[in-house]
Amino acid sequence: MSPRLPRRGTLAALAAALLSLGLPAFAEERPEADVLSIGGPVTEIVAALGQQHRLKARDTTSLYPPEVQNLPDVGYLRALSPEGVLSVDPGLILAEEGAGPPEALDVIRAADLNLVEVPDALSTEGILRRIAVIGAALGVPEAAHALATQVGEERAGATAHATRPTAEKKRVLFILSTQGGRINAAGRGTAAQAIIDLAGGVNVLADFQGYRQITDEAVARAAPDVILMMDRGGDHGPDDAALFSMPAIGLTPAGRDRAVVRMDGLLLLGFGPRMAQAVMALNRALYPAEG
Amino acid sequence: MAALSDITSPPRDPLSRARSLHWLLALLLVLACLASLQVGATRVSLLQALSDLARTGTLAQLDRVVLLDIRLPRLAMGLLVGAALAVSGALMQGLFRNPLADPGIVGVGAGAGLGAILAIVLGGLLPASLLALTGNQLVPFAAFLGGWGATLLLYRVSTRQGRTSVATMLLAGIALGALAGALSGILVYIADDQQLRDLTFWGLGSLAGASWAKVLTAGPMILLAIGAALCLGRGLNGLALGEATAAHIGIDVQRMKSIAILAVAAATGAAVAVSGGIGFIGIVVPHLLRLASGPDHRTLLLNAALLGATLLILADVIARVVIAPAELPIGIVTAVLGAPVFLWILLRRRGLVDL
Repeated sequence: MSPRLPRRGTLAALAAALLSLGLPAFAEERPEADVLSIGGPVTEIVAALGQQHRLKARDTTSLYPPEVQNLPDVGYLRALSPEGVLSVDPGLILAEEGAGPPEALDVIRAADLNLVEVPDALSTEGILRRIAVIGAALGVPEAAHALATQVGEERAGATAHATRPTAEKKRVLFILSTQGGRINAAGRGTAAQAIIDLAGGVNVLADFQGYRQITDEAVARAAPDVILMMDRGGDHGPDDAALFSMPAIGLTPAGRDRAVVRMDGLLLLGFGPRMAQAVMALNRALYPAEG
Repeated sequence: MAALSDITSPPRDPLSRARSLHWLLALLLVLACLASLQVGATRVSLLQALSDLARTGTLAQLDRVVLLDIRLPRLAMGLLVGAALAVSGALMQGLFRNPLADPGIVGVGAGAGLGAILAIVLGGLLPASLLALTGNQLVPFAAFLGGWGATLLLYRVSTRQGRTSVATMLLAGIALGALAGALSGILVYIADDQQLRDLTFWGLGSLAGASWAKVLTAGPMILLAIGAALCLGRGLNGLALGEATAAHIGIDVQRMKSIAILAVAAATGAAVAVSGGIGFIGIVVPHLLRLASGPDHRTLLLNAALLGATLLILADVIARVVIAPAELPIGIVTAVLGAPVFLWILLRRRGLVDL
């Protein structure tokens, strides 16, 4: 009896010590963390406003800056669970337009949580609007103003640099996936087309809306100069050899020149504060000779 | 004397064994309900909240929202949907005298799926006044109309001169399912990627969208359908001998068929509408119970309601705890946990699956 008691006591003391070590350290490190950010670009803007220390949790699409991936994840932005959102006890929820399901948002609103919806953006004006909304919600309008000015100037510089006569523009095909040998490409009204336009290219498939699976012949007829893809890391997409061995792509100028550009999906299509950076990077990749 | 008491003693009599199973299953259901209220992503606890309530007379804001607006409607919906799916499955297997039958066989699933896809993809084209009227309920509403409509159409097709042919219904159901699948395919093709994401999540099913409004809309219909189904036990037992024999022993076969089909359409249609596609419960629960206590429909139907509700509530608890604060679609949980258990039982008691 007696030999066992001290041991149990030691364990309890150890546990208490660990707890007392762990808890205050955590609390001291992040005293004002109370923001739940839903949507990759929203999280990026929060970080760009210098408010990353206030983030408490994120959704599955919030991957940049990389440190936010250590925060608790409340799930995919269109399939949120009300109790999951409540469990991180957020003082402020910043949710990208399209977050849901609507029933979940209804419950969250009914719980008297501070929920701010951030509008969608496919243009510079959209980004500036997002920055203003988020800056106001976080109570840092000056920082938001500065960031908006910076993003606006960067974007003006980037697009001025990227603008060129239509005849000289490269014709770009954005491929979302090549699942099962069938090409899923971007049409008009997509983030891909918007960024291609800004970077001084032309989307070869502007005759349909959204992302579609297209036939091999349509790819050959569109005759893109460059293929643009998302760089997902790992082995999600096809490598160059697999891509150019697809019959449809082999027939195009891009296939002949083996011209493919791969860029980080969130940077390329997110329309966050790094948009100018994305425009510059894509522009450099499209027109490498001009440096 | 000893032999007689041996025969009549409760453990040997399948019917009384099934009746005592009622109590066991009801107890399990109560435990599952308590677990469902107690456990979740937040630290809110039923016991703690109740003791606070007793002490101070009020509930904290967080406790009230989590318990009354999130967990309780979710529990009620799990209860209704689980019972609806399991009873519908048992009814269909009895009616078609086929162990593979499930509510999908009368076109409910395909029709509801088509309705939901129509609402998700083309809902934006409706006039704004109509959209404002339906609000967030457009998808469930369309799913219910689709499921109900498909079943009525199928029933119409397979009924001639006041007699419903079960075989015609089975085959016409396959054709109708293929047609609904093709129409859904066209809609999927024109959907944009957000709509595709919504479709995927709808197809996997979830109780996360539970609200009192949904419970109050779907509840009466499901309860009515289950009530009607529970009265069909004797008739289904007779039908197991064949339609002609059932008619000879005084069962109104046609009336029973219409009640069964309408009950399944109402219960499954409402369940699918509020929770999306949740597989496995409808086919496995009745088989588990037949293995445990025999095929007598007089007890099977009630037991199916109890066990179906219990399993769905437990699956929902797992779905929302395992990757908290995010949650899994419940269809994944029911299939991942249920399918291997079912296979194991089948392998262990091979040849015993019988109606």
